[in-house]
Parts: sequence; structure tokens; C-alpha cells
Amino acid sequence: MAVTQVFGARVRRREDPRLIRGTATYTDDLTLHGLCHAVFVRSPHAHARIRRIDTSRAKSAPGVVAVLTGADLEGKVNSIPCGWQVPNCDLKTPPHPPLARDKVRYVGDAVAVVVAESRAQAHDAAAAVEVDYEVLPAVVDMEAALRSATLVHDDVPQNRVLLWSVKGGDFEAAAREPGVRVVRQRLVNQRLIPNAMEPRAAVAHYNPGSGELTLWVTSQNPHIARVILSGVLGLPEHKLRVIAPEVGGGFGSKIPVYPEEAVVSHLAVRLGRPVKWVESRRENYLGTIHGRDHVTDAEMAVRPDGTVTGLRVRTLANFGAYLSTAAPAIPTILYGLVLSGPYRIPNIDCEVTGVFTNTTPTDAYRGAGRPEATYVLERMMDLAARELGLDPAEIRRRNLIPKDQFPYTVATGITYDSGDYARALDRALELFDYRRARADQEAARRQGRYLGIGLSTYVEICGAGPSKVVGSTGFSGGLWESAVVRFSPTGKVTVFTGTSPHGQGEETTFAQIVAQELGVPLDDVEVLHGDTDSILMGWGTYGSRTTPVGGTAVYLAAQKVKEKAARIAAHQLEVSADDLVFENGRFHVRGAPDRGMTIQEVSLQAYLAWNLPEGMEPGLEGQANWDPSNFVFPFGTHVCLVEVDPETGQVRILRYVAVDDCGRVINPLIVDGQVHGGIVQGVAQALWEFAQYDQAGNLLTGTMSDYAVPKAAWFPKFECDRTETPTPVNPLGVKGVGETGTIAATPCVVNAVMDALSPFGVRHVDMPLLPERVWRAIRQSKGGSAA
Amino acid sequence: MNVTVTVNGVRYSRDVEPRTLLVYFLREHLGLTGTHVGCDTSTCGACTVLLNGKAVKSCTVLAVQAEGAQITTVEGLAQGDRLHPIQQAFWDEHGLQCGFCTPGMMLAAVDLLQRNPNPTEEQIRHALEGNLCRCTGYQHIVNAVQAAARAMSAAVGAPSGGE
Repeated sequence: MAVTQVFGARVRRREDPRLIRGTATYTDDLTLHGLCHAVFVRSPHAHARIRRIDTSRAKSAPGVVAVLTGADLEGKVNSIPCGWQVPNCDLKTPPHPPLARDKVRYVGDAVAVVVAESRAQAHDAAAAVEVDYEVLPAVVDMEAALRSATLVHDDVPQNRVLLWSVKGGDFEAAAREPGVRVVRQRLVNQRLIPNAMEPRAAVAHYNPGSGELTLWVTSQNPHIARVILSGVLGLPEHKLRVIAPEVGGGFGSKIPVYPEEAVVSHLAVRLGRPVKWVESRRENYLGTIHGRDHVTDAEMAVRPDGTVTGLRVRTLANFGAYLSTAAPAIPTILYGLVLSGPYRIPNIDCEVTGVFTNTTPTDAYRGAGRPEATYVLERMMDLAARELGLDPAEIRRRNLIPKDQFPYTVATGITYDSGDYARALDRALELFDYRRARADQEAARRQGRYLGIGLSTYVEICGAGPSKVVGSTGFSGGLWESAVVRFSPTGKVTVFTGTSPHGQGEETTFAQIVAQELGVPLDDVEVLHGDTDSILMGWGTYGSRTTPVGGTAVYLAAQKVKEKAARIAAHQLEVSADDLVFENGRFHVRGAPDRGMTIQEVSLQAYLAWNLPEGMEPGLEGQANWDPSNFVFPFGTHVCLVEVDPETGQVRILRYVAVDDCGRVINPLIVDGQVHGGIVQGVAQALWEFAQYDQAGNLLTGTMSDYAVPKAAWFPKFECDRTETPTPVNPLGVKGVGETGTIAATPCVVNAVMDALSPFGVRHVDMPLLPERVWRAIRQSKGGSAA
Repeated sequence: MNVTVTVNGVRYSRDVEPRTLLVYFLREHLGLTGTHVGCDTSTCGACTVLLNGKAVKSCTVLAVQAEGAQITTVEGLAQGDRLHPIQQAFWDEHGLQCGFCTPGMMLAAVDLLQRNPNPTEEQIRHALEGNLCRCTGYQHIVNAVQAAARAMSAAVGAPSGGE
């Protein structure tokens, strides 16, 4: 009998049938008896004092059930807290009222909520709420905000959120070493808008009889939402059930707990009716978190042979108007600690200044800190290579951490698990046919065509994490994961996971883990997630942690099931458990394959409980909580080929090669999909996407037709390959892969464009590399006449 | 105002406010929630349906404009247990992740394949310009449309592989 290898197989996703038939239930698809609809009234000003709110006209509008302002929530809905209070950085945590009270602090800040019988009536009435604002000067630019007399929060001087640093070695000494060159560059990592295709939404239902509140919400982490909302609403946690139904993408933007979710929950209790709120895309642009937004001055110390000996960065990070749930961690520990990348850099000195501005709050956006760090590092590697006249592939190779040095502790203090960085680099160069591509580039230049080749070698820290470690960084929770693997009497399996996938495909990959371990058909395994009532605990899906942490919990729970099943089988077959062999879902006596029981037969016996070992509890399920001993560190090399039209500044991607190593692969089809999606988001930052405010704090890229969400026609087919270096951190050997593409792609493309522009003497252009910026850079360069 | 339309072969008649958009008519009046709303500027294409056989963004059509029309939504693609080739291909090729854009994406692809049964990769990518996906990076969607084109060509016995 052939053993079916499910782990590692390219199987179709088990979540897809409901999605392709249109029968999945996203939050906005829910309908409940008596449902009414909430619409928020939002500030059109970036900074203003609220003099008066007149809701009388709105209250008498047709269909209106209630109109509330911040004053009505006083003592009922508390300030929205920040969940990651990074220590030792003078972190300021001003209150975040669910509806603005005295002041609005960004365009989109909610000041009132209208509830009506229909969505349209709520919109009509919202337009009738009159707010008298005294407009105040706004601070938008970070450097200006640090010097400004205008304060976003009165008790936060200089608008400074935090001042965080990490230091390893002695950068000054490295820079003073004779012969060492210090390469300097200012790098802007522009603000981005996450753009999950499903806008945020919430439906709340209160049962006055039981005192239970149920909240369906577009969340990446319903258990975290429950803990936080329990405090915000003053509702005991066991009376609050949070469900993340089908969730249409998140990319970090559905990690935070937002004011609207608290207000809608409160409304359901207050009005005694279920309430639905669905964000418009315009609101999504204003009221859902943004990402990135750094300005960095970087210095890299490098010896003439290309050995990098030091990196110093001074970064300003824009937090927007309030502290979002995980915001303080993003530009600090998730940024500064990973600045060494895949290289041996003995001296690292990083200082980050966080700034409040009158803009939408920022938080985790795909990669969250790690793309920003990788961008700095990989741009500086290229600039160093150019100043030394070294090939970009060669300078990287000379600095990579060798494979025999793992576990490897970098200067910032974290310890990498496993890697063979040079192998991924070699494989990428081979796939790309790098040497030939360089020759083609030379030939093209002679014909007046400007091709550019860009590389990035990266390492990602993900799979958070050891709870003790994240706790020491100020996270107000743990980052372990729970799982239950439960057989039914008829031998079917239900898996409960505390992670909350929303597109990443773990209903399939976790089923693969269980099917492999228990020898049951894949179709007999159902994976459930996203409901605080059915799942012990969980910390959610983000930071490429779902499979390395949640998947490991599932694996361990399956082991417990297997161990108990073996004891039952041994008892009924009247042998010792050591004499049993488990193969293809069946236990049999060693040397006597005919004497056996399938695991489904064992399951039935476990529930009948007629003949179990003395003292054994009936039933067959395993529960496991997994708290990893370390993070995991996927890595890889991306290489791309671009062509720049010097007449128009237009950049076209001709080829894109990605070699990623995420440890052992459970489902190659899903890993490919994650990598593709990540690359597109990373490329889009390099070339097109940016959120732009004017000086008054108006978001100029405030609709989906003003913000460049990338389209299918803008990309070639990506050429993806993998190396496979298992991690020793978990028994599956798996690392995360959700963010690698985004981390690698941005510097890869920018490096390629700068390579294309090198004949013009262009050294650096800030992202996004829009045609106008590229065209201007060519014109302004000393080699501009070359066009 | 009264609107009478045939959706997925079933005739419906409903009284609606004149301002009701077709997408909300489908979702809220008929309970067909497979058609999604992803933006408010007719940019994202999540609401794409077939109106008299042609792809339209149902957030840009008033329900009353659809009076008398034949509409196909994602719920009408499969015939019982038999998936439409485009659905099958999206499943086989991993053409979706979060699934939110998928109904509109598939209907836009159906519209393309009706007009051009054997599109090139470039033609597919251009045809999907009105439909945004934030998850997949589009590559598996392109693969899916190519696979659906092959399957549909084979089903009608037409020569495949042409440009």
C-alpha cells in the first residue's frame, strides 16, 4: 500500500469551494432580525477644537434610531488602549477616545455615530449632524512636528512618541578604522495604505437575557480583540464573544482594535438591537491604519574589500495622531533589531524617534518594520558597492553569514536559527543567469537602452514568538498558540486553532499536518478558527507566525491524539503500546499486520468507552499550547531586471526571480501564492504606491482611484524557486512566508532602477519611482546629457 | 419604484428606492451576498456581475437601470454540483486567497473568455485591469484564466492554443 505524502503536497485549498461559489459569509454578509445600521460622522479637519455638535436635525431624520457623540459615551466606552508598550523609550500613551471629545486630531477622526433602520437613512442623517469646529494649525511633516509649537496631544511635548535605541559594538570606532569608507544616504520610506479588499466591518448583537454580547468583526486576532474590548466596554470577558468570520485580507490593518468596533458593541447593548457598521473605502483610507512612513539617515562603514563593519541609522517614524494597538513595536524592535539582515555586521547603532502628527495612525502593514529595515540595509549595500566599484552580488556574498555559523547572534542581540544564505543567492543568480544578464545590459546600453539589474538578499524575523521575549518588549500578551485536534465517534477530525487565517490557507495546510500525522484522508479534517467561544485562546494571524507557531500547536495536539489512540489500540489488541506500529492511519501488532485497528475504529472505541484501559477518560482529542523557544528566520535572494525609458522616466519590470527559503514546505502551491502576493506589494511600494497629505493634513490620495493599488497588467510572471533549510525551532521545521516577498521586493526593484540610471550618475531617488521622479533625476544629474 | 430582473435564471420583482445601486439590490433585497463591495469609486471590481451577458460593475448601475435585464452573479456560475470552468480553474490554480475579489474577478474573466476564447497572457492581464486583487499578485489568477480557456475550448471542441 502506497503511503500518501500529504505534507509537502501541492493540494488544492479546502477553503475555496465556498469562496468560488459566493457562499462564504463575510461580516457585511450577516443579517440579523432587527438589524440597524451605524454610520460615523468624521472630521474634515486634521486638527480642530470641537466647539459644539448639534445632532437635533439628524435625530429627527427618517428612520433614525440614535445619534451619539463622545459625551454620550463618557464612562461607558473607555479609551482604546495601546497593546504594545515598548519599555525604556519614554513612550507616551495619550488617551484615544472612541469618539473625539474636545479635539479632532486627523481627517477622519470620528466625532459622532448615527444609527438608523437602513444604511441609506444612516448616511442621510449623518450628513445632517452639524459640528462647529475651530480649526487649528496641523502638523504633518515629522521634522516640523518635532519643532512645532502645535501639539497633537497637549501632554506630549515636541510631539515625540518615543525615543528608542539599540546598540551593538561601536560604530564610531568602526568608522574611524583606517581605510574604512563611510557611505551616507537619507532614505524615505513612504507611507502606504494597506488596502485589504474587504473594508472593515462589525456586527454586534446583545442578548439581554444572558448578558452576552457577540461581535462579528473583520479581525486578524479575535481573542486579542476580546481581551481589549472587554476592558474598553467594561464587560466581563466570558460575556463577550468575538467572531472573525470570513475575512477579506488584512495585511496588518485588521490587527488593531479600532474605535468603531467598541462603539458598535456599545450601541448593541445600549439600543437592545443588533447593529452593523461597514466601512466605505473612503473611510478605510482615512480611518484604518497606514503603514511605513520613515525618514532615515543611514551610514554604513565598509572596508575597501567590501566588508561591512558598521551601520548607523537615525530614523524618524510617523505614528499619526494616536497610538494604534501594536504601533510602538513596529519601528523599534521589529525594525532596529533586524538591521543586520543576513550579514555579519559587528557594529550597529540605531536610534528611532517616533512622532505624532495630524495624520491617520500607523501600525503594522505587511512586513511591519522588517521591510523598512531591509530597505535601508539593501540600499546601503548597493551604495557601498557602487562607491567601491564592487558588483552588488559580490559585496553581498562577502558579508553573508556562513551556513556553518548558525545559530548566529547578530550585533543587535537576536539569534538566527538556521540558514544557508549563499545557497539562495547562488540559486537566484543561476536562475537569473546573472553573468549573461550583465553582458546583455552592457550591450543594451551601447544601443541606448537602459536596463537595470537589482538584488536584495534578506532575512526575516517572524513566527513570534517566545512569550517571555515579547513580554519583555512590552507586548501586553503572550504569543504562543493553542490547538485542539478532536476525533468524532465516526472517525472524522475537527481541528481548532487560535490563529485566524484570512486568505493564507491554513484550513488546508493545518489539515495537511493532521492528515499526515494521523493517517486520515484530508477531506476528513475540518479546521476551525476565528471564534473565541470555540477556541481556548489564540493570538492571531500576522507576522508570518500562523504556520510556525499555530501549525506546531496543531502538530503537537495530533501527537497527543496519536499517543492516546495507541494506548487504546494496545489495550484492545492485548499487546503493549511498544509492540504497535502505526502506518497509514492504522495500528497493527509488529510482525502481525493482520492484527490491527484503524484510528477511526479506535476513535469509535474511545467514545463507546466500553473497553478502555483502566483509569482512562473516554473520548479522543488532544490539546496543545506551543510557545516557541525562538523566532524563525526565513531568508532568500530576489533579483530583477528593469528597463527605464529615459525620455519618459517610465520603469518596466522585465524579469523577476525570487528564491526564498521558508524551511520545510507544507504546500508549495500556497507558498507560491504567498510569495507572489508579497512581491506585488513590495514592487508597488518601489514604483507606485504612496499616501500623500497636503500641509493642512488632507489625504490627497484619499480614494482608490487616487492611490495606486497595482493591477495585473503591471507585472511579468515571476520566476520562483526555493531552497529548504529546516528550522530547529519547531518540530515541523517550518518558517513563515507571508511577508518575505514584500520585504525583499522593494529594495530589489529600487536597486534595479538605480542600476539602470547609473550611466546618468544618479545615485538615489526616493520611492515611489514614478516616471516624473525618474525623469527629473535623469535631467538633474550631471550625466543628464547622456539621454 | 418597482424593478423586475432575472438573476441567475430566477425572476425577481421588488420595490426599491430610486437611488438603490444594483449591488445593494442584489445583496440586500435578494440576499445574494456573493457580490461584494470593495470601494466607492468603481475602481476595485469586486462587485462585477454580468448584465445581459456583459461584465458591469454593479456599484455603478442603478437597480432601476437593470429593469428587465438578465443578470448573472457568482451564485449563478455553477450548475448544481458542477462548477463553471472558471470556478474550477480558480480552485485548481490557487487563483484566490482571501476570496473577496474572486466573484468579480471570475465574472470579468468569463466576459473576457466569451469575447476571446484563447487570450494571451497579456490580453488576460489587460482584461482584468478593472479588477483589483491585493492577495495573489495576479499570477495564479492569470494561470486560472488560461486553464479555464483551455477547458472551455476543449469542451466546445474548438481548437486551442491559438494566440
